[in-house]
Amino acid sequence: MKIILNHKEETIDADTLTLAELIRLKKFTFRILVTKVNGRVVKAEDRDNIWIKDGDNVEVIHLISGG
Amino acid sequence: MDVSQQISKYLKKARVGIAGVGGLGSNAAVALARVGVGTLIVADFDVIEIGNLNRQYYFFHQVGLPKVMALKENIHQIDAQIRVVSHHVKLNQQNSILIFRDCDVLIEALDNAQMKQMFIETALSEWPYRPLIVGSGLAGWGKNEIIKVQQYDNLAICGDEMFEVSDSLPPLAPRVAVVANLQANAALEFLLKDFKFKNE
Repeated sequence: MKIILNHKEETIDADTLTLAELIRLKKFTFRILVTKVNGRVVKAEDRDNIWIKDGDNVEVIHLISGG
Repeated sequence: MDVSQQISKYLKKARVGIAGVGGLGSNAAVALARVGVGTLIVADFDVIEIGNLNRQYYFFHQVGLPKVMALKENIHQIDAQIRVVSHHVKLNQQNSILIFRDCDVLIEALDNAQMKQMFIETALSEWPYRPLIVGSGLAGWGKNEIIKVQQYDNLAICGDEMFEVSDSLPPLAPRVAVVANLQANAALEFLLKDFKFKNE
């Protein structure tokens, strides 16, 4: 399937997968992330229940301590 | 009136919320105050320590004061007309919604990544169309070339998205203030979206 990941088109070798699986697949290693799917925030505890499908728009923001 | 005076007049009605007034928040607040943003709503639970003076917009005689109170004092030294609404409180989901409900633009300037996550998730869920400017990655020195702003719709992320503050990589004034001023500049872009200069 093709998705938009962080504003770039990406081809993922799966028909569907959960947001948590996508994060592992793409090796987003930072502990603290904010995730959005099709413009809506998905909290960390819900990432196992959200299925990513062809055409979805996924944003993953890395949060780094320091302010 | 020249352009900067017109901008200042235009910004009088603007309200910017700043979550956290350490290195990012205090410097961003001062930049926005200088251009004339009329109301700054600030929240932080911390008090000023000597170690903060290497990057935060506070002074030696203010050590021990709550940051939000000292910031109000410092901003009023620049412009006594600016309204600074200070909340000396540790932010959580519930109080964030109350404190920042009436802002035009939000700046996330919290220290700790968990707190950042809480605030950003709350803000994006509560106010999906309101501009939100996140600071992420400012530790150390140099490496100007990897500091960036990624802006899509109403969300802007300022910083290197890479270097975490640690014992060997402290936050230092130049890089912290660069990111803080990128945040203030992004806020200004949203606030001045409909501003038009009148040639009088």
